[in-house]
Amino acid sequence: MSTQPVSMQPLRDPLQEPRKPSRSNVARRSAMDWIVSGLAILATLLVLAPLAAILFYLVYKGASSLNLAFFTHVPAPVGEQGGGMSNAIVGSGIVLALASLMGIPVGIAAGTYLSEFGRGTFLGNAIRFTADVLNGVPSIVMGITIYSMVVKPQHHYSALAGGIALAIMMVPTVTRTTEEMLATVPHAVREAALGLGVPKWRTAISVSLRTASPGIITGCMLAFARVAGETAPLLFTAFGNQFWSFNLNEPIAALPLQIYAYAISPYDEWHRLAWAGALVLIVLIMVSVTLVRIFANRGVLKGGS
Amino acid sequence: MSMESEHGATTPVKPAVSLPPATERTLAAPAAAPSPVREFLSTRGSGKMADSTFAAVMLACACSIFVIVLFIFWVLIQNSRLSQAAFGMKFFTREAWDPVSGDFGALPFIYGTLMTSILALIMAVPLALGVAIFLTELCPRPLRAPISFLTELLAAIPSVVYGLWAVFVLVPLMRDTLGPFLVKTLGWTGLFGGANFGVGLLTASIILAIMILPIISSLTRDIMTAVPNSQREAVLALGATRWEMIRIGVLRNSRIGIVGAIMLGLGRALGETMAVTMVIGNHPDISRSLFAPGYTLASVIANEFSEATGDLYYSALIEIGLALFLVTIVVNAIARLMVWAVTRGAPARVS
Repeated sequence: MSTQPVSMQPLRDPLQEPRKPSRSNVARRSAMDWIVSGLAILATLLVLAPLAAILFYLVYKGASSLNLAFFTHVPAPVGEQGGGMSNAIVGSGIVLALASLMGIPVGIAAGTYLSEFGRGTFLGNAIRFTADVLNGVPSIVMGITIYSMVVKPQHHYSALAGGIALAIMMVPTVTRTTEEMLATVPHAVREAALGLGVPKWRTAISVSLRTASPGIITGCMLAFARVAGETAPLLFTAFGNQFWSFNLNEPIAALPLQIYAYAISPYDEWHRLAWAGALVLIVLIMVSVTLVRIFANRGVLKGGS
Repeated sequence: MSMESEHGATTPVKPAVSLPPATERTLAAPAAAPSPVREFLSTRGSGKMADSTFAAVMLACACSIFVIVLFIFWVLIQNSRLSQAAFGMKFFTREAWDPVSGDFGALPFIYGTLMTSILALIMAVPLALGVAIFLTELCPRPLRAPISFLTELLAAIPSVVYGLWAVFVLVPLMRDTLGPFLVKTLGWTGLFGGANFGVGLLTASIILAIMILPIISSLTRDIMTAVPNSQREAVLALGATRWEMIRIGVLRNSRIGIVGAIMLGLGRALGETMAVTMVIGNHPDISRSLFAPGYTLASVIANEFSEATGDLYYSALIEIGLALFLVTIVVNAIARLMVWAVTRGAPARVS
């Protein structure tokens, strides 16, 4: 291509001139390149700095105040030393179990619909879109909705109300991950099942869902981890409790609620417990997610394939 | 799969045992009466009932998502009737917030919410873009997965833990180091007047920025990964430097998606409750200074809802929740449409 104009105009080579950029131009552009690369690296470091700071403070402040009493005692009254958050840890577990029982089946079913029945239909797209939008609705809005709907008519806070609020938050996340995981199951697998005369519902349950189960379990755990740290929806539903409670119809303690209450309190002893609680919360979240990831990858939970 | 096929084969095919003789017979005498296989198939239910029931149950669960959204909307409208009747649309432009005399207006909270969210975006967007550019274009391959894992770890930290950290680390830092520094260097702008308690709009914005960063950066990274490599190669082939390639080939192609990602971050910032409540100072005031304590829509609900005495107070708080719900729905809907417009048909995410 470049030979043609040369042969046509042998005296001057017009292409040569613009092709040779001035030295200052090259220098300016490469300097700009270096500056931007440097800025990008700096940005990454700046982003990782608060993460490192948060984790450092959690471990440093939390570990120093963790002891056995933290896991075995209920909160001590103001002014007394010691005390723990055992009831809050168990309470969080109860509320989260309730939420998972309600939220995960609905979410998985909705995801199955989107992937197996509603692919490409208008209704399917509308549901997918609504799920994405619902995902961004602030958690406090869920809290006041459930308060108005469940707590107010009943005239008392309850663990059940907290579970419902968290379940609503889990549904869109579980739906979207289930759908994405089902989309990765090759069509040939479904066709093979259908070709053997397996009805469609059976194909969906024991072929598609089972093949995608490691991914779906991971997705459920991520949704679980996300709501495990939620405080805002529990403020007006589960409300918190300083004592043991296993009654689903009564206010119940939850770890994030307890951390919040202690963090804004004026007592050093309670601040110490708040750090310990935060560390325990983070560790519980991370451990549950990691464990499930490991098991899912090892194939212990892997169905089908 | 092996277990699977066994399962699939045993249930619908009870006559699996009787099948081989049947085929033999059909081979031997093709003109005979309807074969047992055919008889079996015609007597066996087609499973249509089960199929349609299953589809209906799945559809019902899927539609529950619509139901949830409509339900939240309906409950909030119903419960905020009293305040709507008392103040009308002026509720959102009135500055008063006096629970004792029953005079309510949402303007200070709207101001606080917008101010903290916009400041948080101003801080978070350049950083998030920097991280996304670093991860997609510059980062050496072995570092890519750990760094993106770490930034996403930021998203997994619960809001209340951010709040705890902000109360005990960021607030003192703001009060003793960062605040005086800002007054000295940027005091002439008038944005940093007044007493600096450590808690206030700026502190809340900083913690918000840290919280929305991973959302924006991971979405932006996905969008930038979706830009075809041929675009990059074309720009590089014209003699561009790497930054010019990123600017012309990548950023320009993905700008709609990046705007969408920023709006998703905005949606998250508008509704963020706990961390902001813990450091914003909780004072319904409109002040020019960024050090001044403020209040946001979400934090006023979190703080005052459980002690709302009186129906009008309660209903005013619900109306604030309704406003928050509608605004975040609209912001998220626009953002999702923008992100979809870019990533639709893109290759699966490579992390």
